[in-house]
Amino acid sequence: MKGRRVTDDAKRSGFSRRSFLRGGAAGALSGGLATGLLTGEAGAAAADADATETVGPGPVEIELEVNGVASRLAVEPRVTLLDGLRDRLDVTGPKRVCDRGTCGACTVLEDGRPIYACSRLMIESAGRSITTVEGLGSPDAMHDVQQAFVDHDAQQCGYCTPGFVVATAALLARHPAPSEPEIEAGLGGNFCRCGTYKGIRAVVAGGKGGGVTGG
Amino acid sequence: MRPFGYAAPATVEQAVGLLAAEGSEALAGGTDLLSLLKDDVERVDRLVALRGVAGLSGIELDGGMLRIGAMTTLQELRDHDGAIAALPALAMAIDGVASPQLREMGTVGGDLLQRPRCWYYRRGFGLLALAADGRSMVAEGDNRYHAIFPTGQARFVNPSSLAPLLVALGAEAVVHGPAGERRLPVEALYQAPQTAEERENTLAPGELLAGVEANVDGSRSAVYEVRQRRSLDWPLMAAAVTLTGSGPRAEKARIVLGHAAPTPHVAAAAGDLLSGQELTPETVAAAADAAVEDARPMSGNRYKVQLARTAVRRALGQAAGMEI
Repeated sequence: MKGRRVTDDAKRSGFSRRSFLRGGAAGALSGGLATGLLTGEAGAAAADADATETVGPGPVEIELEVNGVASRLAVEPRVTLLDGLRDRLDVTGPKRVCDRGTCGACTVLEDGRPIYACSRLMIESAGRSITTVEGLGSPDAMHDVQQAFVDHDAQQCGYCTPGFVVATAALLARHPAPSEPEIEAGLGGNFCRCGTYKGIRAVVAGGKGGGVTGG
Repeated sequence: MRPFGYAAPATVEQAVGLLAAEGSEALAGGTDLLSLLKDDVERVDRLVALRGVAGLSGIELDGGMLRIGAMTTLQELRDHDGAIAALPALAMAIDGVASPQLREMGTVGGDLLQRPRCWYYRRGFGLLALAADGRSMVAEGDNRYHAIFPTGQARFVNPSSLAPLLVALGAEAVVHGPAGERRLPVEALYQAPQTAEERENTLAPGELLAGVEANVDGSRSAVYEVRQRRSLDWPLMAAAVTLTGSGPRAEKARIVLGHAAPTPHVAAAAGDLLSGQELTPETVAAAADAAVEDARPMSGNRYKVQLARTAVRRALGQAAGMEI
């Protein structure tokens, strides 16, 4: 490992962001306004000759945090985060339905932000923190949103539910007491073919006074 | 997906060097490209990930000049109070992408350079979708969502949410390539391909879109999208307008249609008609008619001509802050 530059993120997840691709192929500067926007100036930390290295198409060893656990595995660059979670790490809460970034059944949080795991390469999530429905709570210790889905019977076949639960948690984290348009926009990236929207609305509306808070 | 290599450069220079090699494609948010790769519509030897490239992400507001890095996500832009206050029409355009997941993943550059949604292209028949005998599958097939301003054999529509607004504003694109930096009007990022080998954007091999810059001072803008449903779909038609001058009179008007042509469609005659005029229901209706005067709808999309009129009228009304 090289280029060890432990950030706050990395301290929390236990490894360096700049060494997440073992072999040091990449350096990611997370978020924020980098220096030299649109001027082409390299940032101070950016000059890393190894960053032009091409990895794959065979397996590449990566590190990422999944539901609070640091995970290390070797995946081909073409493996999506969704398939890597389900098939390699046995984290099967996120569901593979449309696999085209439309239905929302694969919704997970990446560094706290809701994304479609089917539309992210797992290698792109290296060094980041992933939370799936399993990471929000367990059957014995459910997250408020999970409990509210049970209380309001907000599922039918249940296949879209893990994605809806994660999207709802993300919505309530952003808007603890969302308005009707905020609910529609906040859950606009998820489909339920059974049509359980009424129950899901009740879950979200519960956030206004019913004890559901953002996660 | 077929196997491919992956590189994650740290600088624009490294990215440009990697992209110059044949078979390399830039990976931004991935929401469009991964679907194209899964469906085998596009093939790559290597993806060049832009997520970790320094200097491509962020928003600067400097006087009236708004600079947006190409890797800024749509959500980051929507959450930037300064940018939205300076250009409220940005919120109108971004809110049309009514999926939080897509706003979090999708980038400004990715929105501008996403590939067309044409279902012939998405089924592997190419951007022009010509049959072996040279006839247009689009013209003779199901073209309900296609162009009302076809250009040659290009009959798909530009799907970008931000491009019509940026073109109406006269924004510039900042492009980096092997020869360094060049700037061009956002409008000039796009072309209607003439051959099966050409793309719908004008970037050369090795070039990447670094960001956009727009002067947002002293004009009023609006975006109006006509949609079949509020989420999980692209609009049927969109209009972006920019008016300079205050009050009911427009010193200069720029009107641009999205989802209408293979490129963002500048309705120059409509803008000229309004320039120097007071905005009234009559002048606005005349501009809306002028915007579609030279429309050439196909067998199944005549309805989009009226949607374009409506979108222009409502966008003008919103920009001028009046009921029209």
